[in-house]
Amino acid sequence: MIEPSHYLSNTVKDLKPSGIRKFFDLAAGMEGVISLGVGEPDFVTPWNVREACILSLEQGYTSYTANAGLIELRNEISYYLKEKTNIDYSPKHEILVTVGASQALDVALRAIVNPGDEVIIIEPSFVSYASLVSLAGGVPVSIQTSGEMEFKLQPAELEKAITEKTKAIILCSPNNPTGTALVKEELERIAEIIEKHDLLVISDEIYAELTYDDVYTSFVSIDGMAERTILVNGFSKGFAMTGWRLGYVAANSEFLSAMLKIHQYSMMCAPTMAQYAAIEAMKNGKEDVLHMKKSYRQRRNLFVGALNDIGLTCHVPGGAFYAFPSIQITNLSSEEFAEQLLLEEKVAVVPGNVFGESGEGYIRCSYASSLDQLQEALKRMKRFVQKRV
Amino acid sequence: MKFTEKEVEILEILEDDCRLSAEQIAKMIDLTEAETKEMIQNLEDQRIIVDYTAQVNWRKVDGHEGVKAMIDVKVQPKRGVGFDDIASRIYRFNEVKSVYLMSGAYDLSVIIEGKSMSAIAQFVSEKLSTLDSVLSTTTHFILKKYKHDGTIFEQDDEDKRIVVSP
Ligand SMILES: Cc1ncc(COP(=O)(O)O)c(C=O)c1O
Repeated sequence: MIEPSHYLSNTVKDLKPSGIRKFFDLAAGMEGVISLGVGEPDFVTPWNVREACILSLEQGYTSYTANAGLIELRNEISYYLKEKTNIDYSPKHEILVTVGASQALDVALRAIVNPGDEVIIIEPSFVSYASLVSLAGGVPVSIQTSGEMEFKLQPAELEKAITEKTKAIILCSPNNPTGTALVKEELERIAEIIEKHDLLVISDEIYAELTYDDVYTSFVSIDGMAERTILVNGFSKGFAMTGWRLGYVAANSEFLSAMLKIHQYSMMCAPTMAQYAAIEAMKNGKEDVLHMKKSYRQRRNLFVGALNDIGLTCHVPGGAFYAFPSIQITNLSSEEFAEQLLLEEKVAVVPGNVFGESGEGYIRCSYASSLDQLQEALKRMKRFVQKRV
Repeated sequence: MKFTEKEVEILEILEDDCRLSAEQIAKMIDLTEAETKEMIQNLEDQRIIVDYTAQVNWRKVDGHEGVKAMIDVKVQPKRGVGFDDIASRIYRFNEVKSVYLMSGAYDLSVIIEGKSMSAIAQFVSEKLSTLDSVLSTTTHFILKKYKHDGTIFEQDDEDKRIVVSP
């Protein structure tokens, strides 16, 4: 008998399992649960996109593509980025198609991190960032943000967190889990500090398409930032294509060829049929994206308004499809709230603390659900809260 | 007619689900309830919103399955009133659910609903084809409705997402 744990790498042993996992296990066995716990669209991928994938299979496109992805897709991504960011990314040298934004983040970090390099993460944050930094051999450094400031990064806090070892910062706007979207002026103030300290930026723009109140500003379109930014995006959220596992990175060609090396050895290429589907999504998907965005916006307004009425104070999230209300009035911890709500009222939400310390006292609710489901969930949450205040 | 963005949004929302209250719609599109009510009233008054109905899949209701037929009708248009006159004579019948003026091989497309095939056959032969300007009719029975007015009838709309995910 061997003892497997003796053989595991220390890095892996030190990784914390995602707190989301625990709630998934808890909710998985239950029936009749209304889920506000999902981080993905409730729309099924539009049919024309699915159909393009079926056609590619019928035509027999089942082999590897170029390591960086189909050139046709990279061309489309380049047009798209030009339109959104006004930066010309060369399809041949500056764009890499990855297995989801998840792999894009992984190759970006592995391409730039040396052992001991610090990477700044703004919490509450997407659950993968800190672990991906650790896996790349770096040290994640968290900056906490507060609900009073709508979870926006304060430039002074950023200054404080920077040390000699700081290599990069991961930005995510609109954000998961808070829905917070930074406007141009806010990004500009962050950019000044980035420039002053000569840092790199990994800009996770996976929710770019789902920005509701202000015009979306990509970090690369801030003066001087494109050359020091690795832009991460993908098809999961805006195009409702989570299961397709398709994303991309865009960056200066030297960063890109470094990432391409990692991608080539670890992944070969992103799934071929997903790439064909994505070409269709980019070419003919605009209307669908706008339609979905409009629908999320309407549901956000309804949902966030109702949360505030219940007493679960919540800022109006400018993007993504998450509301991140405070649960303070119940005097419960995030985990207690989420667990009791699930067991008593069968509504699944994610406790805020799984996204970092500053998420304690909050819960993440995804409003990517039908209006009927949202209204039923609100009714149950209201009952739950009223019993406790 | 030109409408504001909010009015169009109201139309889209109601077309999708007309059970939503003015209060709910108001929240969804950032207006007050009073403003929303007024807009809806206006849209109704101008007959932009024509009716509020439910899409029912009668096939699933025993004893109410009914039969639908689509009838291609060729007519002799009349001077001065064109097709409008004969169309209105046809659409006044209760059995007639829709009437469209068509381009192509025939003139009017008439959708009829009846209790049975024979009831429809009787309506066509006795009422429709005996009208003065009707030259000929071709009846197609509708065997099954897959999608109607944008709604897929036997859709599996189960949520396939796992309950909690990143
Ligand atoms: C902020 C953020 N980045 C990246 C991802 C991963 O996206 P993908 O499905 O493209 O790997 C998610 C998914 O939840 C996310 O919320």
